[in-house]
Amino acid sequence: MKKNHLFMIILGIFFLIFPLVIHSHYYQHLVIIIFMWVVIGSSWNLLAGYTGQVSFGHAIFFGVGAYTAGIFATKLGISAWWGMVFGGFFSMLAGLFVGWVCFRLRGPYFALATLAGGEIIRLIATNWESLTEGMVGILIIQTFKSKLSYYYIAFVLAISCIYVIHLIMKSKWGYYFVSIREDEDAASSLGINTSLYKNISLLVSSFFTGMAGAFYMNYMAFIDPEVVFSLHYVSIMAILVGIVGGVATIWGPAVGAFVMVGLQETFRSSFFGLAPKWISQAHAMAFGLLVIFVIMFLANGIVGDWSKIKRNIFRIKPSNA
Amino acid sequence: MPLLEVKNLTKAFGGLMAVDDVSFHVEDGEIVGLIGPNGSGKTTTFNCINQFFPVTSGNILFKRKSIIGLKTHQICHLGIGRTFQVVKPLARMTVLENVTASAFCRVNTIKEAKDEALRVLEFCNLADQKDKLAKSLPIAGRKRLEIARSLATKPELLLLDETAAGLNPGELDEAIELIKKIRDIGISILIVEHIMKVIMTISDRIHAINFGQTIAEGSPREVANNPAVIEAYLGEQHASR
Repeated sequence: MKKNHLFMIILGIFFLIFPLVIHSHYYQHLVIIIFMWVVIGSSWNLLAGYTGQVSFGHAIFFGVGAYTAGIFATKLGISAWWGMVFGGFFSMLAGLFVGWVCFRLRGPYFALATLAGGEIIRLIATNWESLTEGMVGILIIQTFKSKLSYYYIAFVLAISCIYVIHLIMKSKWGYYFVSIREDEDAASSLGINTSLYKNISLLVSSFFTGMAGAFYMNYMAFIDPEVVFSLHYVSIMAILVGIVGGVATIWGPAVGAFVMVGLQETFRSSFFGLAPKWISQAHAMAFGLLVIFVIMFLANGIVGDWSKIKRNIFRIKPSNA
Repeated sequence: MPLLEVKNLTKAFGGLMAVDDVSFHVEDGEIVGLIGPNGSGKTTTFNCINQFFPVTSGNILFKRKSIIGLKTHQICHLGIGRTFQVVKPLARMTVLENVTASAFCRVNTIKEAKDEALRVLEFCNLADQKDKLAKSLPIAGRKRLEIARSLATKPELLLLDETAAGLNPGELDEAIELIKKIRDIGISILIVEHIMKVIMTISDRIHAINFGQTIAEGSPREVANNPAVIEAYLGEQHASR
């Protein structure tokens, strides 16, 4: 336990001083994006990993958060940073609606309903041009020139998201969420109001995802429906971050975010310019292979199977020597 | 005062009458057995009492108040606990976590819930298994865990659905002991059971049903000698002898 705390403090200090040492905007940008995915992945993990309600539609909450910030800034003229609060709030409203409709279904049917929900809201955002500007997208002016401010905002957001989820999972709510995941009928016969607690989990999850969306609006200064409501780049990515890192572990999504953003970037830049250009087209295939690998060998993700990974590495080492 | 009154309970699945006009009651501090051949509607009756299924007609009163239309979790809060015939352990939680989760039914802090859970596990002889994952328990342990979990919700009435099925003779005696111990701390029990050794030794009264209808009612001895019951279990020839 002590060792873990020490490790966390070192890691925290490392990320605190990282942008002060590494001045490259590119690497700062990468870490900012990783922090953002830590938030989305952790939120997804709360709902899917701990509560067992696998969502294929987290783009709904990400997009609603981003659009709330964007629309407030362009139509009402208030700072897009207010969107961090309102984005989370409107995302929860979206979550309430999604829960109202989709929690009538269980298991894979719930997952499919959220998948459909994500596509529906993407089409609405594309076509409701008077509100969202449609495919033209929303452009705002960035508040800060340097990346440092964004870096620390994302850092605080990621840390608080992980910490809040950690607190929740240690409380009564945590026990209830996991009970619902393990057996919904047993949970309700033990006095757990399953529909209430599923909705609570969904609301917390959508709040943080919405905040991440609003942060994305502020940081990238441009959004359109194809980006923030994307099935591929948001909903599926959230699932991959969770699965690769480790479902139902506190640190899993953080590790998953690191691996997935790293992998995505490696392919996007054609292995940092070392490989031929066409390889950047293969990133979807690489994701697929990674998922197959993780499911076959690390069913609980990197964090969930960490002891297994360590064991295998130590077993291989002596035989090589 | 009757703790639980089931009045003219009827549950139809389409055209199939799973439970047809069944009435019985459980007095405070009593153990009432519910018996019947496979498919006679015993578990359906349980599912109606804790409102897993909406009832087709009839009434169920708990402490003289109708519980029809309440949600399953509200039934639990009222004081009716149940176990499942097909055990439903919260597999990837430890035994202690399983019971702690249900103890939150009556208390709010982690500490209180854990203390209560440990107390119940001690009561059910599961304390030494508390850190094992629920899925690693053998069937006898799982049945015990079912009981422990529902006890942690502090019920006044416990519905036990075949808690002795699949146990070996030694485990069976332990199960009977446990059920008696539960009665002794003042919890009324409605028990469904196929194993006659269990049901005949512990029940104060027995209610027998077949094809969803009441066929006999009374003390264990009366019910065991009732021709309709013998016919339902062993066929007509045995009944006429």
